[in-house]
Amino acid sequence: MLTRLHLFALSPFILVCATAVTVMLGIAWRRQHTVTALVSALGLNLALVALWLVWRTGEVPTLLLVFDNVAVFATLLILVSALACVTLSHAYLDGYPGPREEFYLLLLCAAAGAMVLVASRHLATVFFGLELLSMPLYGMLAYTYRDAHSLEAGIKYLILSAAASAFLLFGMALLYSQTGRLDFPGVAAGFAAGAWALAGAGLMLVGLGFKLSLVPFHLWTPDVYQGGPGPAIAFLATASKLAVFVVLMRLVMEIPAFRADWLPGLLAALAIVTMLAGNLLALLQSNLKRLLGYSSIAHFGYLLVALVVADGLALETAGVYLITYLVATLGAFGVVTLLSSPYSGDDASALHHYRGLFWHRPYLAAVLTITLLSLAGIPFTAGFIGKFYILMLGVEAERWWLVAAIIVGSVIGLYYYLRVMVTLYLVEPGMMRRDAPSDWGMHAGGLVVLGLALLVLLLGVYPAPMIDWMAGMTLFAG
Amino acid sequence: MILVWLILIPFIGGLLSWQADRWGEKAPRWIALATMVVVLGLTLVLWWQGDYQLLVPGSEAGGSAWALEWRVPWIARFGIDIHLALDGLSLVLIGLTGFLGVLAVLCSWKEIVQRIGFFHLNLLFILGGVVGVFLAIDLFLFFVFWEMMLVPMYFLIALWGHSGSEGKTRIRAAVKFFIYTQASGLLMLVAILALVFVHHAATGEYSFSYGDLLDTPLSDELAMVLMLGFFLAFAVKLPVVPLHGWLPDAHAQAPTAGSVDLAGILLKTGAYGMLRFALPLFPEASQSFAPIAMALGVVGVFYGAVLACGQRDLKRLIAYTSISHMGFVLIGIYSGSTLALQGVVVLMVAHAFSAAGLFILSGQIYERLHTRDMEKMGGLWGRLGSLPAFTLCFVAASLGMPGTANFIGEFMVLFGTFPVAPWTVAIASGGLVLSAIYSLILMQRVHFGPAQGEGRFRDLDWREYTMMLGILALVLFFGLYPQPLLDTTDEVMAGVQGLFSAAGPGVTAFVSGGGR
Repeated sequence: MLTRLHLFALSPFILVCATAVTVMLGIAWRRQHTVTALVSALGLNLALVALWLVWRTGEVPTLLLVFDNVAVFATLLILVSALACVTLSHAYLDGYPGPREEFYLLLLCAAAGAMVLVASRHLATVFFGLELLSMPLYGMLAYTYRDAHSLEAGIKYLILSAAASAFLLFGMALLYSQTGRLDFPGVAAGFAAGAWALAGAGLMLVGLGFKLSLVPFHLWTPDVYQGGPGPAIAFLATASKLAVFVVLMRLVMEIPAFRADWLPGLLAALAIVTMLAGNLLALLQSNLKRLLGYSSIAHFGYLLVALVVADGLALETAGVYLITYLVATLGAFGVVTLLSSPYSGDDASALHHYRGLFWHRPYLAAVLTITLLSLAGIPFTAGFIGKFYILMLGVEAERWWLVAAIIVGSVIGLYYYLRVMVTLYLVEPGMMRRDAPSDWGMHAGGLVVLGLALLVLLLGVYPAPMIDWMAGMTLFAG
Repeated sequence: MILVWLILIPFIGGLLSWQADRWGEKAPRWIALATMVVVLGLTLVLWWQGDYQLLVPGSEAGGSAWALEWRVPWIARFGIDIHLALDGLSLVLIGLTGFLGVLAVLCSWKEIVQRIGFFHLNLLFILGGVVGVFLAIDLFLFFVFWEMMLVPMYFLIALWGHSGSEGKTRIRAAVKFFIYTQASGLLMLVAILALVFVHHAATGEYSFSYGDLLDTPLSDELAMVLMLGFFLAFAVKLPVVPLHGWLPDAHAQAPTAGSVDLAGILLKTGAYGMLRFALPLFPEASQSFAPIAMALGVVGVFYGAVLACGQRDLKRLIAYTSISHMGFVLIGIYSGSTLALQGVVVLMVAHAFSAAGLFILSGQIYERLHTRDMEKMGGLWGRLGSLPAFTLCFVAASLGMPGTANFIGEFMVLFGTFPVAPWTVAIASGGLVLSAIYSLILMQRVHFGPAQGEGRFRDLDWREYTMMLGILALVLFFGLYPQPLLDTTDEVMAGVQGLFSAAGPGVTAFVSGGGR
C-alpha cells in the first residue's frame, strides 16, 4: 500500500523525473541551451531540498525501495555529481554544433536510475535502476558522435553493459530458483548454501563487477574514458560507479549468499588484482583520461576491501572513501572538461596538452594538482582520510595480504600521479592545443571546480564532521 | 599557541612569497627570508626563556614532561588530537631548521632565477612540514607532517634540480626519493594503526596520543614487528645502508637549497623519529634489535666512506659522506648510553652545519664553473678568492678535526658506545681514517693539483661570505663549547636512555650505573 509517507520519501526521485519530463517538453517546444541547463540545475536543487526533508523524517521502507540513511547519503552524492556535471556540460556543450539540449535529458534520466539503484531492496528494482542508469549513459558517451572515439566509447559500453546485464539477470534467476523470492530480506532468509545459489551470487558479482570495472572485467574502461565527452565521463566515473557500488554493498551485507563459502575469497582476490593491475596499467598511459580511468579501477579495488571485511568499520569506511573519491574525481574531470570547453573536436587529454599549464592557468593547474594529490592519498587532502580508513579497516580485520596490496598499489599509483603533476609545472613549451577561456573562473563550471578543490582541502584538514556523519551510518535492518 | 605559530608561519610565508611573485623577483626572497628569521627568532626566544635542564629529572616516560604543550581535538572519533609539544630535543632541531631555512633562502638568492615565488612556496612548505614533524606527538599528526613534506621536496628536486649524467634526470631522482619515503611511510602507518588497535583492545578506546600509546602492552613478537615498521620508515630517511638508494641521486640533483634541507634537516627527522618514537614505544624490541642496528651503522660508516672516495661528482661525494656520518648516529642511538645519545645530538647538529656548508660551497662552485665534475676542476686554490679556504675548514669539520663540533659528536658517540659494544666502536673508528681520505681527495682534486684553466673566478660576495662565516662560527662554537647544547637535550636523552636500559638486561644497565 502506497501511503502519503511513501510518496513523500519518493519526492526527490519524483522531482528528478519531473525535471526530465519538463526538459523534454521544453525541447519539443523551443530549443534553449542555457534555459535547459538552468531548469535541470533547478530541478536537481529542488530534489536536494526534498532529500533533506526526507532525511529529517528517518527511515522509510517500502516494498521495492528503502530510504535508509545509506540511500539518503548515496542519493545526496548522486545529486551533487549530477549538478556538477550539468554545470560542466553547459560550458562544454556551448561549442557543440549538433543538438545540445538532449544531453541534460539523458543526464537527468541516468541520475534517476542511480537514485533507484542505491535505494533498492528488491532484485527487480536493482535491474530496473541499473538499466535506467546505463541506457542514457550510452547516449551520453556517444553524444558527440561525429567524433569516432566518442561513438566507439558509446558502442563499447553498450555491448559490454548488455553482456553484464545478462550475467546479472542469470545470477538473479539462479538465486530466485533457490529461494523463491526477489526481495532482499526474502532472499536472505531463504538462502541455503548450495552450489546454485553460490553460482547465482557469483554471477551477479560478475555483472556488477563489469559496471565497477573490476579487473578482469575492466577492458572497456580505458577506451570509454578516453573517447567519451568530458561531462559524460565525469558522471560515469562518479555517480554511476557510486550507485553500483552501493547496491553491491547492500547485497553483500544483507544477503548471506554473498558472504558464503568461497565468495569472500573471490572478493579478496578481485580486490588485490584490481588494485595492482589498475595501478600497473596506469603507469603506461600518456593520456590523462585513460590514466584517470585506470586510476578509478584501482580506487574501486581499494573500496572492495570494505566489502571483503563487511563488518565493523566497513560501512563507515566505504562512505568516507566514496566521498573522498567522488570529490577528487569530479574535480579532476572538471578540469579536463574545462580545458576542452567549449567543444571543438577531441577533448584535451594527452599529457602534453597539460605541459606547463601552471604558467598560464595557475589556479586551474593548482586544482588539478590538489585533486591528483587527493587521489594519491597525500595528507591534507580528502584522499588521505580515505586511504587512512581503508588501511585501518585492513589492519583491524588483520587482512595482511590486502594491506600489503594497498601499500604496493599506492606506491605504484604515486608514480603516475606525480608524473602528471610535474608535467603541469614544466616550463618547456607544451603543445597546448586547447585552452580554457581566460575568464573560466567567473563561470559556473569554473566555480564548481574551484569549490571542489577547496572541499578536497577542507575534508583533508577538518574531516571530523564527515567522519561523525559516516560513523552514524546504518543499513536498514529487516 | 606559540607552537602552532612555529608551524603556521612558514606556511603563511610560503603562500605570501608565491603571491609576491607579481611584485618583482626580490619580493618573494625577502618575504621568505623574513619568515625564516622569524621562526629562528621565535626558537631562540623559547630557548632563552624556557629552562630545559630542570624538568623533573628521572621522569619515567622518556620526555613525558614537556616544556610547552598545545592540544585540541581533531578527529574525536579515533581520539586524534592536534597535539604539539616541545622539549629540548625538538627545540634544538627546530632551531636548526630555522637556521638552515635562512641559509637555504640565502644560498638560492642568485641560483634560482625562474619561478621564484613558487620555489619559495615549496621551500617554506618543506620547512613548515619539518617543524611539524618535530613538534607533533600525536602519531596521526606526526604521520601527516611526515608525508606532507615530501610533496614540496619532490617539486623542488623535479623542477629546479640539475640533471645528472647518464640519463639520470632530476625527475627520476625526485620520483625515487618520493617512492622510497612513501613506501616506508605507509609501512609506518600500518604499524601505527596496529599499535592503536592493540591499545584499543587493551583499554577500549582509540587514541593516537604518544603519551597513551607509550604503555601499550605488547607481546614480544608483535612489538618486534611494529618496531620494524617504524624503524624502516626512519631508516629510509636517515638513511641506513640497504635503504639509501634515493639519497645520492636526490642530493646530487637537488638545487643547493634542496640539498641543504635534505642533508641538514630531513635526514635528522629520521634520527629524531628513532629517538622519539621507535625507542620509547618499543624499548624491549629495540633493545634486542640494537646489535643489528649497530651493525648496520658500521656498514653505513664504511659503505658511505668507501663510495665517497670513488665519486667524480662533487655533490654525490658529499652525499655519500652523509651516509657515513649517519652510520655513527645510528650506532649512537642504539648504544643506549646517555653519553652516546648526547653525542648523537651534537653530531646531528654538527653534521647539519658541515654538510650544509659543503653543499653551499659546491653550489657556489657550480655557479662559477657550471660543473660539478671533479675531473674538470683542480687547481682552484688561488683562483676562487676565499672559497677554497672555506672548503678546507668545512672539510676539516667533516672529518672530525678536534675543535669542531663534529669531533665532539663523534668522540662522544664512540666513547659512550665503547662499554656497550667495544668491537663495534673499534671497527667503526676505522671509518674515521676513511673519512680523512675522502676529505683529502676532495680538497686535492678540486682545489689543488694542476689548474685546468687560466684566470680568476668571481670572489665570494658579501652575502656568500657572511653565510659561510656564520656557519663556520657555529661549527667552532659548538666544537669548543658544546655545553649549552648538551644542557638543553640532557633531560630528553636521559629519559630515552632510562626507558632503553630499563628494558634490557646486562650491558646497558651496567653502563648507566656509571661503569663500576
